[in-house]
Amino acid sequence: MAIPVLDVDNLVVSFGTREGELTAVNGVTFQVHAGEVLGLVGESGSGKSVTGLAVMGLIDAPGRIASGSIKLLGEELVGRSERELRAIRGKRIAMIFQDPMTTLNPVLRIDTQMIEAIRAHESVSEKAARDRARQALAQVGIPSPEERLNAYPHQFSGGMRQRVAIATALLNRPAVLVADEPTTALDVTIQAQILAEVQTLAADHGTAMVWITHDLSVVAGLADRIAVMYSGRIVETGPVEGVLDAPIHPYTNGLIGSVPSRNRRGVPLAQIPGMAPSLARVPPGCPFNPRCARATATCRADMPGPTLYEGDRMARCHHPVPAPESAAA
Amino acid sequence: MLVYLIRRLSQSLLVVAVMATLVFLAVYAVGNPVDILANPDADQQERAAITARLGLDRPLYEQFGVFIWNALHGDLGRSFVYNAPAVDVILERLPATMELALVGLVFSILIGIPLGVLAGLKPESWFGRTIMSGSILGFSLPNFWIGLMLILLFAVELKLLPASGRGPTASVLGFKTAMFTWEGLKHLILPAVTLALYKAALVVRVAQAGTREVMLQDYIRFARAKGLSPLRIVGVHVLKNMMIPVVTVLGLELGSMIAFAVVTESVFAYPGMGKLLIDSINRLDRPIIVAYLMMTVVIFVVINLVVDLLYAAIDPRVRLSDAKG
Ligand SMILES: Nc1ncnc2c1ncn2[C@@H]1O[C@H](COP(=O)(O)OP(=O)(O)O)[C@@H](O)[C@H]1O
Ligand code: SF4
Ligand SMILES: [Mg+2]
Repeated sequence: MAIPVLDVDNLVVSFGTREGELTAVNGVTFQVHAGEVLGLVGESGSGKSVTGLAVMGLIDAPGRIASGSIKLLGEELVGRSERELRAIRGKRIAMIFQDPMTTLNPVLRIDTQMIEAIRAHESVSEKAARDRARQALAQVGIPSPEERLNAYPHQFSGGMRQRVAIATALLNRPAVLVADEPTTALDVTIQAQILAEVQTLAADHGTAMVWITHDLSVVAGLADRIAVMYSGRIVETGPVEGVLDAPIHPYTNGLIGSVPSRNRRGVPLAQIPGMAPSLARVPPGCPFNPRCARATATCRADMPGPTLYEGDRMARCHHPVPAPESAAA
Repeated sequence: MLVYLIRRLSQSLLVVAVMATLVFLAVYAVGNPVDILANPDADQQERAAITARLGLDRPLYEQFGVFIWNALHGDLGRSFVYNAPAVDVILERLPATMELALVGLVFSILIGIPLGVLAGLKPESWFGRTIMSGSILGFSLPNFWIGLMLILLFAVELKLLPASGRGPTASVLGFKTAMFTWEGLKHLILPAVTLALYKAALVVRVAQAGTREVMLQDYIRFARAKGLSPLRIVGVHVLKNMMIPVVTVLGLELGSMIAFAVVTESVFAYPGMGKLLIDSINRLDRPIIVAYLMMTVVIFVVINLVVDLLYAAIDPRVRLSDAKG
């Protein structure tokens, strides 16, 4: 098999705080291949954004990458100088963020913000960069792109702004795109349109994508593989159909139970009981044990290690959920 | 933009009209305007002439009309001391004060913005803290004391700069100004720095707070994710957003800088409007005081108008809201 575009191995990110050293990402491992979409799923606070920022080399003090490796096409990124990372950021790895209303600078025109993204990495003429920006806007479905280049962000709707951000991120044809809940703030119809467009773009360019979301239904249609995060760890990973059809980890099972189905949209979801633990008070053993119906004394004492399962899957659980009876579906 | 301009202009006219009414009421309707507007040494004949000119025997609204009519024709009375129209006497001093305020403004921007941005980028560092503590000093030291200290140091001890007065003027674009001669600039430096220190301290604080806030915004994170250099991020993305509160504050403060250059001008015996006002109060030259009040109002209004336009130039969202409104 070809080497992965993005290869994250045993990544640990911690923050020095008043309460001591808090580990937000604790031994995360995943690979993404060209043209593949990895859905990184988990509740708020599970460490998804920190993982994405670490891949970008954007962890600021008091945070740091304590250990682990992040390889881009086999090339180690951890430990690189800020200058080297800057040449990679936006050029080979790009990132888009959650709130489309705030990711574009309100006082700069769209063309300024797109052209600078090109010219930070290539010495091309203003005009050539502008042409590329216009094409990129057209590609993400923005009507009359030439005119829109001269507009300011407030003249766009939320969905259009996120399209502009996506177009900007893809300007330099990055090998990796990290998307941190980019459609969460948008309404469902626009979300679906954008997901479809991004999927086409990524497939055309062979971009490896890490799509971060807390919403399993988003990943179901988009991702090839899923990694479920809980309390800074990936607790289950595997191909999307396998994980969604037969979750192994009780947390994944709970997440699936809380996805709104088509006929009960708007009805409050069956939430997983309790709250994700704060980083300062992670319980001993399996961090999910206070909320887990299957928890036993073993769970409260020992942290479950990664176990491999059939179908290219992994989960960390002492008492995996039994596979559903094929007849019972 | 045009609609916005017209609306702002009519608001400005309204403000001037209201202020004119207040000045009229204060000077004419309360007390005897002849006492206020006539030279204390005037004889019976002169007093009668003023009474007739102002039409004091007529009803108040008619008097108001006459006052406005005269004011519109640039007639706000005649100075006893200079024996010339009060407006002319003030206008003659206006360039000196404008010059002082302008150079002071430039100083406060040149000092305040770089220090404020640096302190905002690294608020926890020792120099960030030092700058912020220093700005408190700039706030709390009295203006006249700073002026005297500067005179002592640079004029008396080091003999580098003149202690008082205004330098020779040259005519630039029809204005008589001392800003473009070396001698003139040398006279401006000390009073302008004195006037600027307080404002610079203010700008430092506003710029620091603005920079800190802007640095936390998602668009800065996105700019970094694009791989932009720190110079581009700070120089374009941060600066342009951070300037919005700074322009607001400076706009408000420029007016007060012109109007209240009084102390600085007195300390440096600088022949501007502020010193004229103090002199006129001492000599009971009341028409000058009336004219000063009216002209200060006009200056304030004009500055506010300019600031609003500048604001629209920096912040595209202001332009939008006016297009809707
Ligand atoms: N700058 C920081 N300082 C201290 N803790 C942080 C910082 N950024 C994130 N964290 C902590 O890291 C954990 C994971 O955060 P995050 O990755 O943003 O979660 P998610 O994106 O999954 O919602 C949270 O508990 C959060 O409090
Ligand atoms: S290890 Fe135990 S507590 Fe943790 S998820 Fe599995 S069953 Fe639940
Ligand atoms: Mg997040």
